Amino acid sequence: MLEMRKDIFADERDDNLKEVGRPTQRQDMLGHVTGTSAYYDDHRFANLLHLKILRSPHAHARIRSIDDAAAARAPGVKRIIRGTDVPVNLNTLLSLIQFGKDDEPSLGTDVVRYKGEPILGVVATSERAAREALNLVRVSYDQLPAVFDVEEALKPGAVSVNPVYPKNTFEYHGKYDHQKLRFGDVETGFAHADLVLEERYQMSPIEHAPTETNGSIAVPDTNGRFIVYTSTQALFFSLDTAAKVNAMPSNQLHFVGGTVGGGFGGKVDTLTEPLAILAARLTGAPVRYRLSRYEEMQFGSPRGAERIYIKDGVMRDGRIVARKVRAYFDSGAYTRLSSYAVVKCVAHIPGPYTIPNVHADVFCVFTNRTPATAMRGFGVTALDFALECQMDKDAVAIGMDPLEFRLLNAYRDGDMKAHRREAKNCALIECAQIAADKAGWPLRDEFRKMSSRIGGGAQRSGGIDAARRPAPVASARAETSAPQRVTYERPAVDTATPAPPPRSDAPPPSVPPPGATHGAPRFSSVFGTRRR
Amino acid sequence: MKTPIQFRLNGEEVATFADGGANLLDVLREGVGDLSVKGGCWQGTCGTCTVLIDGAPRLSCVTLAESCDRKSIETVAGLRRGADLHPLQIAFMERFAAQCGYCTPGMLMAAKALLDRNPNPTRENVVDAICGNICRCTGYEPIIAAILDAARGDSRRPA
Repeated sequence: MLEMRKDIFADERDDNLKEVGRPTQRQDMLGHVTGTSAYYDDHRFANLLHLKILRSPHAHARIRSIDDAAAARAPGVKRIIRGTDVPVNLNTLLSLIQFGKDDEPSLGTDVVRYKGEPILGVVATSERAAREALNLVRVSYDQLPAVFDVEEALKPGAVSVNPVYPKNTFEYHGKYDHQKLRFGDVETGFAHADLVLEERYQMSPIEHAPTETNGSIAVPDTNGRFIVYTSTQALFFSLDTAAKVNAMPSNQLHFVGGTVGGGFGGKVDTLTEPLAILAARLTGAPVRYRLSRYEEMQFGSPRGAERIYIKDGVMRDGRIVARKVRAYFDSGAYTRLSSYAVVKCVAHIPGPYTIPNVHADVFCVFTNRTPATAMRGFGVTALDFALECQMDKDAVAIGMDPLEFRLLNAYRDGDMKAHRREAKNCALIECAQIAADKAGWPLRDEFRKMSSRIGGGAQRSGGIDAARRPAPVASARAETSAPQRVTYERPAVDTATPAPPPRSDAPPPSVPPPGATHGAPRFSSVFGTRRR
Repeated sequence: MKTPIQFRLNGEEVATFADGGANLLDVLREGVGDLSVKGGCWQGTCGTCTVLIDGAPRLSCVTLAESCDRKSIETVAGLRRGADLHPLQIAFMERFAAQCGYCTPGMLMAAKALLDRNPNPTRENVVDAICGNICRCTGYEPIIAAILDAARGDSRRPA
């Protein structure tokens, strides 16, 4: 069922893997099917206390006063926790890697900036007692105007959402209000293109909705330590964040996790651990902070909504000569991980296609919505959706098969990407050819013979140097009345090569000598460093 | 106000006290200590907490514990017979029908309810039986395949 085709990659690691490509039983499967896998909430403690949180009913409001006297006297209540009780009541997750400024309080004190923002905690002997006490808290609000649209938030005079970023944009490298990508001259590209297509794509926030909601139990241990049972999908990240918020050395925290009831990116935010630990410190008892399903939706971050504009300049022969992208990531009221999603988005523009003129501006925008975070391929998934919809529309506009249109424009080894890195180890063409074959999607012969290799059925005049420069669009324009071209500078070299598979001459995967090193690249997508 | 309740859990008589208004999920987990039952939404929408009450699949998070007095309740903790796994458990393992495992107990009980009353289900029967159980990891196909496998294994077994 799973087919390993390392032969189609030019630069694949040469050691043969023992496990990938063949079924191996998961080590946790027996626990899962017998109901004995221990999730964080499957640990039992005598005298467990329960933390419940009062949340803002408003998208944007100033807190005038909080009256918790009746709640503090309610049956079963052990402790009220306010923002002033939190040792470090301002944090941003990626401060752990020096990326972004602290901008989100654990408990709001003066202003709340989204519906669901935490304001006050009640620690009680049961969840029910805690909930009933929350109903006795009286908060007086002055409602403030709110902004829910990313482009509205960037207009002059827009409501300022987050005082750490008063212009409603995340700040990159201490001074830039967005991430840019510039390659070639996109306006010249449009001026000479046969067709220019501009489209708008709007995504919705997507809730991870793991069947297990976020939660944790903090248990006082001996020697002033706390053992924390948690649903986090980022154990050490959460440990360091909890240590920072609680102003305690990280060696006072012992995090226990790993068995997570679904995460998908929705359990990296360390939503519950810091306050569970604080509540355990303040009461001396084990404390559970478990999100309800409503809280998971309203307070737990979704994938952010993105708005993406794509403008393409396309020639009738199928070449994309210019691509301009303008995108807005809705971060909600605080950063969480949206700033990082934007970096990943820009790194993915313009998609896996060689386009000589590329221009992108991508903004991380603050609005009065639930803060967004990571989710499966974050930063890239929505962009890919938009790019591939655009590719289909481009293909339809010039009357070309959408798959052949992609093969024509796909990266070849040695192409210069818009980020000024050479494309290496490309295999989109081969993968698409194999997929087309399996799906019975007809490809014309010259497309079946295309290859991602340098000169491997795709000889290109000028090679890398030509790709570095804007394409000579003016000369191509003169050909618009000619019959449709389906290749551009990439004629198949070896027409005798059967396809697919495109490289039948590829050597079979070899068994490496003992101790052989492999060339697997490592990539840090925050800082863009690539090591070999 | 606590109410004494008594029921059969996986064939064993158990007795406990339930708070007024307590749901079966909390009573099973906190009162009786059967942690194989998981809570997912506590509002009757996700199916994670599915148990069998007198053989029928029910959402324990929205079932009043007091209403279960004298009834027979089955959870995944009772699916295994000693060292032997239930055919559904074997099929789930072989088909990789669990990833995070959190919906699995409810999924297995919904499947057991189906096979108990219909040993030769169609694919539509299987889909219908688990349509109230949300799985966010697997995309359902391995689960459907596992339940059909288990059914075929059962049907091959001599009576």
